[in-house]
Amino acid sequence: MSAELDELYQSIILDHNRRPRNFRVMDDASAHAEGKNPLCGDQLTIWLKLDGELISDVSFQGSGCAISKASASLMTAAIKGKSRGEAEQLFTKFHGVVTGTHPEDAEALGSLKALGGVSRFPLRVKCASLAWHAMHAALVQNDVAGSTAPVTTE
Amino acid sequence: MSAAPRADFPLLAANPGLVYLDSAATSQKPRVVLDAMRSYYENANANPHRGAYKLSGISTEVYHDARREVARFLGAADADTLIFTRGTTESVNLLATAWGHQHVHRGDRIVVTRLEHHANFVPWQQLARDVGAEFRICELTHDGHVDLDQLRALVTANTKVVAFGHVSNALGTINDVPEIVKIAHAIGAVAFCDGAQGAPHLRVAFDDLEVDAYAFSGHKMLGPMGIGGVIVRRKLLEAMHPYQFGGDMIEFVFDGDTTWNVLPHKFEAGTPNVADAVGLAAAVRYLDALGMGVVRAHEVALSRYALERLAAIDGLHLYGPASAEARSGVVSFTLGDIHPHDVSTMLDVDGVCVRAGHHCAQPLMRALHTNATVRASFYVYNTAADVDALATSLAKAKARFHAHVG
Repeated sequence: MSAELDELYQSIILDHNRRPRNFRVMDDASAHAEGKNPLCGDQLTIWLKLDGELISDVSFQGSGCAISKASASLMTAAIKGKSRGEAEQLFTKFHGVVTGTHPEDAEALGSLKALGGVSRFPLRVKCASLAWHAMHAALVQNDVAGSTAPVTTE
Repeated sequence: MSAAPRADFPLLAANPGLVYLDSAATSQKPRVVLDAMRSYYENANANPHRGAYKLSGISTEVYHDARREVARFLGAADADTLIFTRGTTESVNLLATAWGHQHVHRGDRIVVTRLEHHANFVPWQQLARDVGAEFRICELTHDGHVDLDQLRALVTANTKVVAFGHVSNALGTINDVPEIVKIAHAIGAVAFCDGAQGAPHLRVAFDDLEVDAYAFSGHKMLGPMGIGGVIVRRKLLEAMHPYQFGGDMIEFVFDGDTTWNVLPHKFEAGTPNVADAVGLAAAVRYLDALGMGVVRAHEVALSRYALERLAAIDGLHLYGPASAEARSGVVSFTLGDIHPHDVSTMLDVDGVCVRAGHHCAQPLMRALHTNATVRASFYVYNTAADVDALATSLAKAKARFHAHVG
């Protein structure tokens, strides 16, 4: 079995793909945004409940590959209870790790570091970052009321 | 055994471990095609039709020889009714724009099928929206064929055009072209065929097919990217407005109006893509030397073997016609609940190149109740060993995902 595939499809990834956490619609969300990857047909929605600067709840729904689904699931677990600033910082670090530009940040990612294997598969970076882009868009849209344009990683 | 020696294809020869199963997206190119293009630039390059010097004359001749060669290969005696384009997409846009806006009006009907590639779907859908025509989609039978009974009912007296693919890029289904043409012609509609997946794999006899137009892409039939064309009945072409304006396509330009050049120039504005036309001509000569009957028999044999091997994988779901004879060398499937992109990544690590996604056929994917499939497609250089590599890699992919269930 290939080592790079072992790293990409770690058991935590496969587990979050099969049993995604926070996989639900949030009726009382303060913000939401859709993320789309038209080429793959991946599509997900992120809901955020904001309590001032605090992200008090986060959920998602959608369909996609194991990487995009597991990444969304792990993200919801990672940013719940964090401040907006901390969530954005985590996105920056996460992005550096999955693109392979800042592998040294992997340790700071906690369980998100499981997605570090994506850096060996440049074509899958967009799958891993889809949920994060949508999360970012939801935060921005919360600032600019009325803006709900979907984001895309194409 | 392959139908063509792998050594003829530089990319495949340089990558012995590569299992290329994505020829429905684009084929690999034999050395003769690459050599022909290089030779054109080294020996005959000049702007055709323009210069009064010998070299320009040679370029003109080479370009027209290429047109004759491709027309002959596709069974069209009237070579000047073959318009070179960038490929099938541009060909269909040419028809929908130039012919469509002239002939389709409010209240008319356009009929396409559920199998269409976006390139033979969206141009007609948008034409219908532009002019206020009805846009109707003929559904499929349970085994992935166009439902001809439904087509007969859909093609009403106000139908102006039936646009359909020769072969489905997503499922490989070979359509009954003569019957679809008969249904269109019975009420006086034109029948336009998207041959992007037909011309590379099946002998096309344009003059016998009775379709009104046949579009194709060079890069799917061993030729270079950026060249393709459409053959159209002369009567239709002569009555059609030009598609694009510019150099070459004019006769006289007056201050207030312009007259058009003769066919095929009327539909080829600007400096033509001579080198790619030359490459495409070399490609069809290569296919001719193999023999299209041999090509077809090879693909049927590979498809039959692939269907057999893949059906034996538990949890693998096959789409499209059950028999190899009813499809071109395309096998579309899903593997349990593993997303096609994950399957494709795992296969890629084993050097197996397949397409994963909606195959530019979202309306079809919706009807199949899926977002995406994995597609393996075969061509002249593939062998039974490639199918074995696919099956082995799929079994490994399945084990990787299901080993972690718990």
